[in-house]
Amino acid sequence: MLALVSPALLVILLLIVLPVGWLAWQSIYHDGFTLEHYRRILSEDIYWRSFALTFEISLLVTVLALVLGYPVAYAANAVSKAWSVVILALVVLPFWTSVLVRAYAWLALLQRTGVINQFLRYLDVIGEPLALVHNTFGTVVATVHILLPFMVLPLYATMQKIPNDLMQAGASLGGSPAFTFFRVFLPLSLPGVLAGSTMVFVLCLGFYITPELLGGGRTVMVSMLVSRNVELYNQFGAASAVAVVLLLSVLLIFFVVSRFISLDRVLGQK
Amino acid sequence: MTTKLGFMFGHALLGASLGAFGLTCTTADAAEQITFVSQGGAYQQAQTVAILDPSAKKLGITINQDSIPDAWPAIKTQVGSGKPIWDVVDTPTGYCLRGGEQGLIEKLDFSKIPNAAAMPEAYRNPYSVSYEFYSSVLAFSQKTFPKDAPNSWADFWDVKKFPGRRALRNHPIATLEAALMADGVAPDKLYPLDVDRAFKKLEEIKPSITVWWTSGAQSAQLLNDGEVDMEMAWNGRVSAVAKEGAKVAFTYNQGILQSTSLCILKGAPNLETAVKFLNEAVDPVHQANLPLNIDYGPGNPKAFDTGVIKPERAAQLPSEPANAAKQALMSYAWWSSPAGEAAEKRWAAFMQK
Repeated sequence: MLALVSPALLVILLLIVLPVGWLAWQSIYHDGFTLEHYRRILSEDIYWRSFALTFEISLLVTVLALVLGYPVAYAANAVSKAWSVVILALVVLPFWTSVLVRAYAWLALLQRTGVINQFLRYLDVIGEPLALVHNTFGTVVATVHILLPFMVLPLYATMQKIPNDLMQAGASLGGSPAFTFFRVFLPLSLPGVLAGSTMVFVLCLGFYITPELLGGGRTVMVSMLVSRNVELYNQFGAASAVAVVLLLSVLLIFFVVSRFISLDRVLGQK
Repeated sequence: MTTKLGFMFGHALLGASLGAFGLTCTTADAAEQITFVSQGGAYQQAQTVAILDPSAKKLGITINQDSIPDAWPAIKTQVGSGKPIWDVVDTPTGYCLRGGEQGLIEKLDFSKIPNAAAMPEAYRNPYSVSYEFYSSVLAFSQKTFPKDAPNSWADFWDVKKFPGRRALRNHPIATLEAALMADGVAPDKLYPLDVDRAFKKLEEIKPSITVWWTSGAQSAQLLNDGEVDMEMAWNGRVSAVAKEGAKVAFTYNQGILQSTSLCILKGAPNLETAVKFLNEAVDPVHQANLPLNIDYGPGNPKAFDTGVIKPERAAQLPSEPANAAKQALMSYAWWSSPAGEAAEKRWAAFMQK
């Protein structure tokens, strides 16, 4: 058994454990042991602001992705096989476009002279163009778009396993469609909700390109602090300390989530 | 003349030995080449035509090229490893200075670099030589301002007289200089920067800034799409947008004249050839050929005396003497001083407030 997994373990060791360990080591060691980088994170309030903003945006994105993704997954589950393939294909399709291209596409849609503002002005709904991008709003919209598949797919996988008989049983006992949905279907789909939400939330914590391009310079998320710190302090340690704190937050989230559902469900979608 | 003859003799000998002994003279061969690194794209292509190929031919050396958008982390890693593979790097002057202070960059012996020794002192420092100039200028939309366009940083700050959306670079370098000029400091009296005063002035304009841009491409897109009516941008980016047909223009008045410089990595594998190349690369004629291929000014001002650059072309360039006189020459020495580094750190707090 060990012989079978050892190549995979070696790859993980070389490509994940060693670099992450090296990263963590640099954050506490530079010509001697130092907690300087962590002291800075704790004492300068720009770090607090960025972490707070990052969690705020991630939460907002997760809620929006759930609100938008749940009906999509529900529809894909309810319709015939052929239609569900079409729906899922539409969900997954943007995966094949790079994040960068999609950020620019949103720019073309949302900016002052963009499609949406021009259309609204043509209809005379607005006098002045709306500020839809170069702020947190634009960042959230594009991020939700990018992360939506990570919500829809686990939801769909969970819903697929809910036996249809249960809904019929609920109906035969006199439950209205709404009643059986809220009392039977929704509770059974909650593991999917938790799995999808965890994926989206955790991925969003590390977003870089989207806030960089669409945030207008004001939406400074944690990943941007990482890159900025390399420039500013000329030491990888200053950046890796930020990355380590982010990594620890992610591990903490996974730990809390694992108290409620098995992690296999989140990661492997069993 | 003797050196050239000697060199040609060496070259002939090398050829003969190659013929006679096959592939045994790798050390002699290695001495005749260098690895040169710049930032890639159209900019590096223009250098290849104007400077690199002619220099290689004249010196009889091979110039291997590499490119990287931001050389600084790589310089640190390569020199840190003790075995750098690059020789000469073209990078913003501040990095050459900072690298020199941190022992990552070779100190230059200007007696071996006569072309650089002849340049004004402000155009070189112990570790590097100016290679090309660009400028952070005030650019504006001619659609919004068909006449009476903003012409100074004071105008940029005047949101009543010049209404419109604005963008600045999300970086303190050149932005603090602009703020001080807007507050009435003369372009030649900027350094050492009054950092408190600059940030105070920036707080004033902050609510009117729509976008704080991070890349040159982004600044070009903002101007091209009419997303902003005026912004600080690099002159080459603005003229590229104008060439594409957008109604945009810029002024060199109160521009901040910046440069990239050539420097040599500490422990470079081909140090001697690298020094020879450095001298050749800032030769006035090669330098004069650069602006014929791209919108950047020569690092060596003597290029304007060669007759290679026509007067109408010279007038468009940031380092042309009359244009340079209207601008502030950036002090990289100040920016790599402790006060400059502190100002850079303060920027992040300013942006997130």
